[in-house]
Amino acid sequence: MSVREITFAEALREALREEMLRDERVFLLGEDIGLIGGVFKVTQGLYEEFGPERVRDTPISEEAIIGAAIGAAIAGMRPVAEIMYMDFLMCGADELINHLPKIRFMTGGKLKVPAVIRTQCAFYRYAAAQHSQCFPAFLMNTPGLYIEVPSTPYDAKGLLKSAIRDENPDIFIESAALYRVRGPVPTEEYLIPLGVADVKKEGKDVTVFAFSIMVHVALSAAKKLEVEGISVEVIDPRTLNPFDKKTLIESIKKTGRLVIIEPDHKTAGVGAEVTAIVVEEAYDYLKAPVVRLAAEDIPAPFSPKAYNAFLPNEERLINTIKSLVKRSK
Amino acid sequence: MDVKSLSKELLLDMYYKMVLIRRFEEKLVELYRIGKIPGIAHGYIGEEAVAVGVCSALRRDDYILSTHRGHGHSLAKGVDPKYLMAELMARKTGVCKGIGGSMHSTEPEVGVIFSSAIVAGSIPIAVGVALAFKMRREDRVVVSFFGDGATNRGTFHEALNLASIWKLPVIFVCENNFYAISSHVSRFVSAKEIVDRAIAYNMPGKVVDGNDVLAVYEVALEAVERARKGGGPTFIEARTYRWLDHGMYYLGKYRPDEEVLAWKQRCPIKLFKERLLREGVVTEQELERIDARVLQEIEEAIKFAEESEETDLEFTKQFVYVR
Repeated sequence: MSVREITFAEALREALREEMLRDERVFLLGEDIGLIGGVFKVTQGLYEEFGPERVRDTPISEEAIIGAAIGAAIAGMRPVAEIMYMDFLMCGADELINHLPKIRFMTGGKLKVPAVIRTQCAFYRYAAAQHSQCFPAFLMNTPGLYIEVPSTPYDAKGLLKSAIRDENPDIFIESAALYRVRGPVPTEEYLIPLGVADVKKEGKDVTVFAFSIMVHVALSAAKKLEVEGISVEVIDPRTLNPFDKKTLIESIKKTGRLVIIEPDHKTAGVGAEVTAIVVEEAYDYLKAPVVRLAAEDIPAPFSPKAYNAFLPNEERLINTIKSLVKRSK
Repeated sequence: MDVKSLSKELLLDMYYKMVLIRRFEEKLVELYRIGKIPGIAHGYIGEEAVAVGVCSALRRDDYILSTHRGHGHSLAKGVDPKYLMAELMARKTGVCKGIGGSMHSTEPEVGVIFSSAIVAGSIPIAVGVALAFKMRREDRVVVSFFGDGATNRGTFHEALNLASIWKLPVIFVCENNFYAISSHVSRFVSAKEIVDRAIAYNMPGKVVDGNDVLAVYEVALEAVERARKGGGPTFIEARTYRWLDHGMYYLGKYRPDEEVLAWKQRCPIKLFKERLLREGVVTEQELERIDARVLQEIEEAIKFAEESEETDLEFTKQFVYVR
């Protein structure tokens, strides 16, 4: 299998293109995704290749975009809708929360809704409180939605292809901060099953649970700690629903310590749920309390100085791990 | 519309469907009061001519999307009353297996693709279904039913705009019964007439007497034909009245007695029956036979529902995800 380095955005584009070539029911809709290839250029070139019917520019109408994706999906199509910023998902919240995850259930399984809603959390864009949000825990708390949170180009491509083929509604959460990150991606086709976490780095002293952009922070911290003799295992869930408890708990059994680093708010965030899972199902293996490093419980500030401190970072992660290992020797 | 230009079979079917809806809803009220139907439910009595007039203009493979007040739409499109009754009674044999209840009737086989209980919530979904038909070059059309209150939601406006710019085969049917729960349209609709809202979305808008089934049928037929030929969406405002309160409970006095009485005197079933007999296209006996058949069907539906198994928690869990 030959492998080359491509960016996260290129990996997503390849996934979309391959699935559109493979299945004529797949089509894209969203704001500015066609003519200009998207404001983040993820869909660049697809409008030229597939035409305006299958790469549909839409008005600024999130309710109608998500609603139309639902309608097309229940009528047998495979829509992939793009919502430019995760914040804007809330503009379409009625369709996103009251309809998308509930239609299969409410109809006693008569309908299925194989729609994908792609969106992105704009980390480090200093875009203030309405263009910076990350609220996957809200979606985890809404039964009926699959949630993908890829961190690498490899995962992004494999997960997006699986999400498009999957029969359930998927919320596919990307990040503009990752679009230019490069990584190895095979030229041959591959899929990543939904609900299988990836051990991004093996280690034996402490488990770091991280998703999306925080995986890179965790890996960088792990590398530095290795030099100091602390062996860090990095677990990337890749999907938050289905959630792979098994891989996480196996890791806790090995390390006995868990640090969560997450880009969403701390209170009732993803880390709160992960902590609860570990306390309920692996308490006996813990050598130390679980520690959460999360975004502050305030809306995202604009000031870069303030924003950079608002999100957890590598330095804090390194210090946290060091003191945790020290106190629980 | 000239009654004599229509087949007797169609006319009798329209009459049958209207009476079926009326008797079904009367039973709903009765069963609700004695606690045999749980949850919340909304009656369609008084509005039968809209659902029947519109659905009579559709093919079986055309789709409709319905609302919280949806029993009439489902029955008019051909849902078997026994499966709908079983749903209302929360049985596994129900149209949504006892998981959806009154407000989510879905039976794609006969063209009821989905019903949403969120006011205006099914309108953008109808637009998406129409998009699927158009992309696949199918000559099917979609009808989106909603009430006057829905036209004040943003999602209504987003959906109509999208349907218009994409020229989709969808017919928007606003059942204007003049009251969004307690609020009269004159208080909350800024447009002079609801139908004027169609102008903003560059689509034809028609007002029709929603208590005259043939008038509704005629307007719907034209809109369906236009949509089927690629002419795009149409907006129909059918003016009608609900005889019952918003739901199953008395919410207070917000409608003058004379108004309620005047509309009841214009009962859509009575009007249609009188016309059919006056024009001599059917006999009294033929209609009585239908009346008797409906009563029997409703009794059978109740029996079927009551004999069906109640939906339990474990059973429901398999329908959240496709695994």
